[in-house]
Amino acid sequence: MVRADFDKNLEELEAELLVLGEMVEKAIIKSMDALERRDLAMAYEVVAEDDLIDEKRFELEEKCIDLIATQQPLAVDLRTLLAVLHIAVELERMGDYAEGIGKICMIIGDDEPVETPKQLPQMAKMGVTMLRRSLKSLMDRDTDLANDVWDSDDEVDALYAGVCNQIFLDMGQNPKTIEASTHFLWVAHDLERIADRATNIAERVIFVVTGRIGRYKYPSEESD
Amino acid sequence: MSIISQSQFQRRRARRKWMGRAFYGLCLLSVTIALGMLALLLVYLLIQGVTGIDWSFLTSFASRHPDKAGIEAAMLGSIYVVIVAGVVSFTLGVATALYLEEYAARSKFAKIAKINIANLAGVPSIVYGILGLQIFVHSLHLGKSVLAGGFTLALLVLPIVIVAAGEAVRAVPPSLREGSYALGATRWQVLWHMVIPQAFPGILTGVILAVSRAIGETAPLIAMGALTFVPFTPDSPLSRFTVLPIQIFNWTSRPQAGFQEAAAAGIIVLLVILLVMNAGAVFLRNRFQNKWEG
Amino acid sequence: MQILDPILQTHGLSVYYDAKKAVTDVDLDVARNRITAIIGPSGCGKSTLLRCFNRMNDLIPSARVEGQVLFDGLDLYGHDVDPTEIRYEIGMVFQRPNPFPKSIYDNVAFGPRINGFQGDIAELVERSLVRAALWDEVKDRLKASALSLSGGQQQRLCIARALAVEPRVILMDEPCSALDPIATLAIEELMRELSEDYSIIIVTHNMQQAARVSHYTAFLMVEEARVGFLVEFGESRQIFTNPEDERTEAYITGRFG
Repeated sequence: MVRADFDKNLEELEAELLVLGEMVEKAIIKSMDALERRDLAMAYEVVAEDDLIDEKRFELEEKCIDLIATQQPLAVDLRTLLAVLHIAVELERMGDYAEGIGKICMIIGDDEPVETPKQLPQMAKMGVTMLRRSLKSLMDRDTDLANDVWDSDDEVDALYAGVCNQIFLDMGQNPKTIEASTHFLWVAHDLERIADRATNIAERVIFVVTGRIGRYKYPSEESD
Repeated sequence: MSIISQSQFQRRRARRKWMGRAFYGLCLLSVTIALGMLALLLVYLLIQGVTGIDWSFLTSFASRHPDKAGIEAAMLGSIYVVIVAGVVSFTLGVATALYLEEYAARSKFAKIAKINIANLAGVPSIVYGILGLQIFVHSLHLGKSVLAGGFTLALLVLPIVIVAAGEAVRAVPPSLREGSYALGATRWQVLWHMVIPQAFPGILTGVILAVSRAIGETAPLIAMGALTFVPFTPDSPLSRFTVLPIQIFNWTSRPQAGFQEAAAAGIIVLLVILLVMNAGAVFLRNRFQNKWEG
Repeated sequence: MQILDPILQTHGLSVYYDAKKAVTDVDLDVARNRITAIIGPSGCGKSTLLRCFNRMNDLIPSARVEGQVLFDGLDLYGHDVDPTEIRYEIGMVFQRPNPFPKSIYDNVAFGPRINGFQGDIAELVERSLVRAALWDEVKDRLKASALSLSGGQQQRLCIARALAVEPRVILMDEPCSALDPIATLAIEELMRELSEDYSIIIVTHNMQQAARVSHYTAFLMVEEARVGFLVEFGESRQIFTNPEDERTEAYITGRFG
């Protein structure tokens, strides 16, 4: 079988990418959990574990560069390697956002009796779902699924707009909550960015399958 | 990890070495015998004949008296006949080779022709003499002349030239031909500017072989009517003639010792002429061959 | 994909060797003043196709061509077309450099001389060597044997020789496959320069070279009956990042062939 070694390397690379995805997924869930329960120890773990995520991403990057240099990839192989490279970066940034949420949790501390806005866990859940589905669309080379992920971003944006409005209202009504509310705004922002990054991953999947770069739907927006 | 165990090899190193040495010795022995014979012949010739070579020998005619015998007539006869044979066989031979190798290359005709030509080289030379007598002397009314003799010999050596020229033309790399065609050359231009110049050394080799063969031929010339006793030098292409081998043969069949010496001297002259002609052709060939080597 | 104002076109081009079909039904447009690469696995008929453009297949007695090859509208295989005339306009460089066993000068001058060039041959020789990026290296030894040059220099000499008859198209049959990597890159750079004034068609089995050097790429393939056919043609940028046909992709990614 021609290029059996290369094929094996590509498979292993994608598997490693999924591992990174799982790490990031866990980090997001854990950070949100810590925030809801004001669990400072858990938050601290999330922050510490981000180093592992960073390491994993650099590992993946190196492997990609290696393969590009030694295998002269073209067409779909080239697109795959470039996509893996990009997705690794997106995942690592998502990990950073989770770390950010953990830090905010530690800042808020366990003494403030301010309620966590309910949209935040919802946004986190959606973000995780989008992350999962985007990585699954890569595994299956499923452009329809990738499109769905892209569409889901609208819902997250709606939630974001909603939670921001509510927090502004709360801040207006109860000035003592301003500090905590500001932190929650930041968390909302991080969660919205997480969802956004997931759509970037979906875009890269579409690139691998169709070779087209950029933001457009496939196939409905195409004329040919 | 070795699959074959060492003990399966019966190295027989000693035997191989011994066989190598024996073979080398055999080759050496063969060379010694062959060259030794040649050396013996040359030495014998020189002893016998070198004293007989003087200017009068070279410029006198044959006579019944051994001390007055000369080879002027035979020498000139040989040179003229060989020149005619050389020129005719060269022209016809090269043209034929070109036709067979280039124009008619893959045809069945060419294949059959080439086989037959190679076979003709093995036909006994006297047959050519009889052919020459019939065609050149009688039918074409050339008489028993230098021209007829030259043509007869040309026929004899033609297969040699054709085969050598054919091989030389075949040996020209197709890449040179392709390169020439790709520049817009016609077939004739490719042959004239590329193939023939490239094949020239090989063609000259053929001519050397042909001339060497021709100069030593006796039987066919006798058959078509060359003389044995010629008291004049051939003054025109149509005059009668004799050649060195015939003269030499004539002298060796006489009983007087003087004639034996004359024969030996004649052989030396023949060899010298042959050497000079070959040297000239080899010189020409080398000039063409080394010209454009990187 | 559409080539506007192609310099060469084939319509339904098929090539036979005796009864055996080698290439079938090729419709190909060659862009003017661009480099078009022809790639494909061994035996797919790339060289056969290339040699149709300058009628070098005529030299093979068993070869027969069907279909049309148009050169600026002129049918190259028409009744009153002389193949040797075509070869002044459409030159060729071969896989193994084949300099003639003559001097460098005589090599370049060979073409013009046999075509009855009346002008200043020395000037033409210099111009051709300059355009082939070889002048500086040989200007002091034009009378030296062409065989004393290195492989890369010899190939550039062959290019200069082809340029000396002032063609409009240059056909290159795997011109770098006998050269070392540095010489190869030098020839590739030369090709890019030449493509501003000449239309170039290159056959290559080196995918990376085709990707580096060509503007357009045609992919030929062969199936069980051992007949070559055109699978895909397009801009090289597209062919090598996102080809339309999966057979093209399989070949380019080295999964077969």
